[in-house]
Amino acid sequence: MTTEDLVGKILQVVMGLVVFAAIVGLLIFFIDKAPKKGRDYWQLAGFLLPALILVAIGLVWPAIRTTFLAFQDNSGAWSLDNFVWMFTQPAAIRTLINTVIWVLLVPTFATLVGLAYAIFIDKSRGERYFKALVFMPMAISFVGAGIIWRFVYEYRSGDREQIGILNAIVVAFGGEPVQWLQTDPINTILLIVVMIWIQTGFAMVVLSAAIKGIPTEQIEAAQLDGTNAWQRFRNVTVPGIRGSIVVVLTTISIATLKVFDIVRTMTAGNFNTSVVANEMYTQAFRASEVGRGSALALILFVMVLPIIVYNIRILRQQREIR
Amino acid sequence: MSTIRKRRLLLPLAVAATVGFALTACTGDIANESAEDVDCSEYEEYGTYEGASVTIGGTIVDIEADRLVESWTDFSNCTGIEIDYQGSQEFEAQIAVLAEGGNAPDIGFVPQPGLVERLADGGWLIPASADVEANADEWWTEDWKAYGTVDDVFYGAPLMSNIKGYIWYSPSEFEENGWEIPATLDELRDLSDEIVAAGDHKPWCVGLESGVATGWPGTDWVEDYVLRLQGADYYDQWVTHEIPFNDPGIVEAFDEVGEYLKNEDMVNGGIGDVSTLVTEAFGTAGLPILDGECSLHHQASFYETFWNAEGGDEVTVASNGDVFGFMLPPENAGDPLAVTGGGEIVTAFTDAEEVEVVRTYLSSDTWANNRVSLGGVISANLGVDPENASSELLVQSIEILQNPETTFRFDGSDLMPGAVGADSFWSGIVDWVTGSDTQSVVDAIEASWPSS
Repeated sequence: MTTEDLVGKILQVVMGLVVFAAIVGLLIFFIDKAPKKGRDYWQLAGFLLPALILVAIGLVWPAIRTTFLAFQDNSGAWSLDNFVWMFTQPAAIRTLINTVIWVLLVPTFATLVGLAYAIFIDKSRGERYFKALVFMPMAISFVGAGIIWRFVYEYRSGDREQIGILNAIVVAFGGEPVQWLQTDPINTILLIVVMIWIQTGFAMVVLSAAIKGIPTEQIEAAQLDGTNAWQRFRNVTVPGIRGSIVVVLTTISIATLKVFDIVRTMTAGNFNTSVVANEMYTQAFRASEVGRGSALALILFVMVLPIIVYNIRILRQQREIR
Repeated sequence: MSTIRKRRLLLPLAVAATVGFALTACTGDIANESAEDVDCSEYEEYGTYEGASVTIGGTIVDIEADRLVESWTDFSNCTGIEIDYQGSQEFEAQIAVLAEGGNAPDIGFVPQPGLVERLADGGWLIPASADVEANADEWWTEDWKAYGTVDDVFYGAPLMSNIKGYIWYSPSEFEENGWEIPATLDELRDLSDEIVAAGDHKPWCVGLESGVATGWPGTDWVEDYVLRLQGADYYDQWVTHEIPFNDPGIVEAFDEVGEYLKNEDMVNGGIGDVSTLVTEAFGTAGLPILDGECSLHHQASFYETFWNAEGGDEVTVASNGDVFGFMLPPENAGDPLAVTGGGEIVTAFTDAEEVEVVRTYLSSDTWANNRVSLGGVISANLGVDPENASSELLVQSIEILQNPETTFRFDGSDLMPGAVGADSFWSGIVDWVTGSDTQSVVDAIEASWPSS
């Protein structure tokens, strides 16, 4: 690439931005000049249409096409082979089971630990620092976290020096080093720990803010009624932050269903640790079995759906209460 | 304009100018200016195409990519065709997607005949021109030409090659102990047993870890044994699925390999027990040979560059040096050598004259000699002078490739559909060395073979 090319490329970017601005300007100008009759609808359409068109191109159409591909084999003939494969191949079934384990464990533990932590440090001295400590992993990318934890679980055979902290501890107590990431089923649990480590900070921050939003009158009234701390927590705090808990649980569940980078960096899906998103990529792009990949994507979509629906319903109810 | 306004303008301008100058250092201006006058007589036959440019994609990265670019610089300057090479390790995963979207590069160096077939079936490949075909007929054997052929249409000539099935060893250790280079598979087994009996270290060191591709070095073992035990015809039928993956002949090959890989006495010299096979990176697995903690390591010819991981030349790779390689022997003494190996096929996605000119050049003996002279690789091009290769091992490899007696077969997992060759075969090897029995592993791989 020469400077000439570079300048050309920079000019292209600038031109693109200018054209974009011009189109938006024109659009707003014409909407402003829309006929009096039904102006609201003109404006509505004018502002919504670009976004709708982009969503249709980037989301709706690919989703429809993926659905079609899931019911086709490699030659394009209609068949249910992909789903047969998914529910009969031991490796594929294992992938589905692993994903279910992930979705059960990660949101539960991340939320529980986050909630407990938020309660314990509430109104303590140095609360901000305690929060920052737990929130920090959120700033690390999943791939980065995967690499960090790979070192934690690193294995060296018995007579060599352990560089993984977990095995170093085991050896220090006189045990034999363990191949953590290669031992099924403990390896899936160890990968789940990484995700919990990342997500706890998110749960803690959101729930901590919600706890602070509970009116002090309620807490004081409960105290006057002679409740102990646990009763106050059960009957005042938790109902007060129920909405936030649901949001945190559902958000983490969706993130967990999509988990791909942790598994790919740490075990590449070997040793029975694969999850749906990882297998989807492997099948569609590495094994060039687009149908199988699409079928897995469809299953992922079906798994996410009830969580989203539940989330929306809870939010609706809350709005009605208010 | 007041002075303040002037100053306000001056600073950004100065910054822009500095950045501009800094950028020229990063771009190719200087290289362009210093392109010397080369002797263009060699390239006259290709004609000149002022202002034409060709983009190439492939899996080759880092220093190998730099040498690749260097190998066609003269051609590029003489013909006026600008060649832009982009290497990516995700190339195999992305190329079909790019081709489908119409965003593929003009030329792709595809390292798997199975992938060539898939791209051809998708209708994205341009058949090779008559000139390329003429070169392929002249400089390559039938076997090699067939790897670029799908349904009797010739889509591209091969580029470079590597040979698998080398057993790396320490010549001095062999000499001290009076060990001979094994001439048959049984002799190799006897040698391994002898090293076990000597008792000061395990004979073999093996590493199968390779990120998302973990397990592939094990597939090379199995392919080598299938070719040697069952012969080339059987091998051909195996990779095309005329013989199922769970055929007794394949089980036999697995079990022969298992005598080494699943045997606590045989592996893993200098590294640990059998369970370390899947945690040891393929790139570092052979190094215990240098410390005398292991005697034998099975890996392709490219492993030569891994002995000096830091660069430099501390470790000499030669028949009288620190390490060297012998070819995994045939089953019976005196059988001709049968080797597995790999290479790239030069496929085209754009139908243009300059693209075909570049492909013609890349399939010529001129290019092959150019590239081999730059070091580190070999080519199966029959016009390559073995003496141009950069090391004793590569010279030996080229001689093996050019020997008409040699039976050459492409790496089996690269010929199989991706669902097997880039997925279940790899993970099957991982399951197998971590304890699954052979029959259940080959059954699982057979079940994953795509129906269409």
